[in-house]
Amino acid sequence: MPRLNSYRELEHLRQRLREQRQNITTTVMVCGGPGCQASHSQAVIDAVRSELSSQGLDNSVRLCVTGCHGFCEQGPVIVIEPGNIFYCRVSPEDAFEIVYQTVMKGEVIERLLYEDPVSGKRIRTEAEIPFYKAQDQQLLSKHRMVDPHSIEDYIVAGGYAALPRVLNGISPEEIISEIKSAGLRGRGGGGFPTGRKWAECMEAPGDEKYVICNADEGDPGAYMDRGVLEGNPHLVLEGMMIGARAIGARKGYIYVRNEYPLAVKNSRIAVEQARELGLLGDNILGSSFSFDVDIARGGGAFVCGESTALMASIEGKVGEPRAKDVHTVVDGLYHKPTTLNNVETWANVPAIVLNGSSWFASKGTKRSKGTKILSLTGRIKNTGLVEVAMGTSIREVVFDIGGGGANGNRIKAVQTGGPSGGCLPLDKFDLAVDFDVLAEAGSMIGSGGMVVMDEETCMVDVAKYFLTFLQDESCGKCVPCRLGIDRMLEIITDITEGRGRMEQLDLLEELADTVSQTALCGLGKTAPNPVLSTLRYFRPEYEAHIKEKKCPAGVCKALITYWIDPDKCTGCGVCISGCVHEAITGEKKQPHIIDAQLCQKCGICRSECKFDAIQVV
Amino acid sequence: MQPQALDTIMEGRRSQPNQLIEVLHDVQQNYGYIPKEAIESVSQGLGVPLIEVYRVASFYKAFRLKPSGKNVLTMCTGTACHVRGSHLLLDHATSQLGIKPGEVTPDGLFSVEHVNCLGACALGPIVAENGSYHRHMTPAKLRKLIETLSRQKTEDAHHAKAQ
Repeated sequence: MPRLNSYRELEHLRQRLREQRQNITTTVMVCGGPGCQASHSQAVIDAVRSELSSQGLDNSVRLCVTGCHGFCEQGPVIVIEPGNIFYCRVSPEDAFEIVYQTVMKGEVIERLLYEDPVSGKRIRTEAEIPFYKAQDQQLLSKHRMVDPHSIEDYIVAGGYAALPRVLNGISPEEIISEIKSAGLRGRGGGGFPTGRKWAECMEAPGDEKYVICNADEGDPGAYMDRGVLEGNPHLVLEGMMIGARAIGARKGYIYVRNEYPLAVKNSRIAVEQARELGLLGDNILGSSFSFDVDIARGGGAFVCGESTALMASIEGKVGEPRAKDVHTVVDGLYHKPTTLNNVETWANVPAIVLNGSSWFASKGTKRSKGTKILSLTGRIKNTGLVEVAMGTSIREVVFDIGGGGANGNRIKAVQTGGPSGGCLPLDKFDLAVDFDVLAEAGSMIGSGGMVVMDEETCMVDVAKYFLTFLQDESCGKCVPCRLGIDRMLEIITDITEGRGRMEQLDLLEELADTVSQTALCGLGKTAPNPVLSTLRYFRPEYEAHIKEKKCPAGVCKALITYWIDPDKCTGCGVCISGCVHEAITGEKKQPHIIDAQLCQKCGICRSECKFDAIQVV
Repeated sequence: MQPQALDTIMEGRRSQPNQLIEVLHDVQQNYGYIPKEAIESVSQGLGVPLIEVYRVASFYKAFRLKPSGKNVLTMCTGTACHVRGSHLLLDHATSQLGIKPGEVTPDGLFSVEHVNCLGACALGPIVAENGSYHRHMTPAKLRKLIETLSRQKTEDAHHAKAQ
């Protein structure tokens, strides 16, 4: 496509593309997000494409491979417009019926519809499904009709409409003031006011400035940034362009996890397309604004989520944080003023410029505005990406959207904010998704990870899990983090292996306090949070491990025993043939027995048994 | 190691120390790991001291300094996978194959790795086999997967002999 030299040319292109698509009667959207891909959506996409082609529908029906629709548990999912018909767990064999019945005849295929587990009824449209109904999708909905590999799709959907506004008309000061009045706060975890960050960077002396998009998404159990960047890379780019215009940067970087190959690929394609159209490069849309973006791949280091470590990594160095006596908005990448925002923060920017700050601020709470994408995972029925207005209660997210515990299990906690966050018990579920409310309760929104835990999750093991993670990820530069986490992990390991003493709990708290007060960077400062929050809300579990040498959830290997419930065991022999340690014996059709001396607690028998006969005490 | 590939990777990046991580990614993508010789060439090409190249290559988890097995089993140990029992999977893979995470079986057929998060949290526990995701894994399913992959090796060997 030829380069666009003015705002008018961009609008002409939008008009022309929309006209070209007037003869499209139906759009079949197949999710190509990471969850559906893991459920082999590529085979479904290929099958639908070849079916459309063999029916001669290439020109009137558009197959759109989109980013994540959110409901990953039900993948691969397909939505057909018009009609908003939602099909889930689709297989390639369904392609013929979908094209022949639904696309060509407008008939709905009952068996592919989502079945509401409560009412048992099949639900016809996406909008009526409880998982979606309780959400407020502002960002996720933007990529529903957009193929992330197509800049045309983004333009047709109204994209790159905010950029011309900031190039002609609105001054950098006005952009920043708009972002400030919107009350946008950083979605990466810190919750720092974005407008203030931009203002400080704009005011910082120097001609050479940078903007960075943090797409390193290091929090384990969270994948919302990947959902946005993979699904709608141009939205993120447009946000970065607006930010760069505001602070006066000519160069930007997307720092993206190498473990997300699709995010790397999609953002590279997006940058190339934007360059081709002249939306990146010199004199964008004929204005005096010049800006370009490069992709920098991360190296799989959690500490690189910390701003100074991330910048060191872009410079090709080891990702070690440095003391922030001077903030990165003044002394950042290559010692130049730098604005670093997370994927979701950048993605929120274009709509604020287009719709105004009061539109954005109309959603949310007093100090947390707009919506937040959460990655709802763990021991819950409906897992996936969820977007809700700030202020929505955890209860609504977990029960109304998430549908409650999986397999009828009792939910007992939710872990929010990744390794820097904490665990909140069921009686705190009325708390709102709000930066300050969750921080006061000893956790944080963080980047939006929400891992649900039930009676089969051991909270001491969760604390051990995070300490192991952080010990591994600590860069080792400062002593409190390097040694403090080690010592805390030692104590927790003692507890989970039956060597714990009650007085160690006090020592654990003391250590946690010291580490959080003296570590150099955010990783170390927040490292004790999972320990402190589990101690605060789940102390009885720690005590059970120490005093009774028992793991109530049945997780900590040293404190549990596998046994077979004779009332449930049918004597089918599956566990016997599955046990590699030859620990199970028994006659056919007679209850089997596990030899506790030989049992390695590997869990094979438990995952093989169809009768739930293998129990852990 | 084919030096030509390294030349292509270094093209347009010479004497640019900030390209170090990008170059190392490409080296690994090409060779499957980062060979010693490549570290030396990268050091010269970018003008970065050898010790610094090694430091970066060993600091970041993404980089491998030894070749991996034919089948790389990557266990996701993210929080969502952990609460659904991924620790059992890692224990199982290491015990069935007799190697620790990061090691390769003596026959070169398998290596086991763990990663903080593969980003398909809704479908955990996830095990990636040479990059392709297996969702809702259990110790039993993993055992079968390893057995199937081992059998393929034996069949391949028979096939080669027959030819």
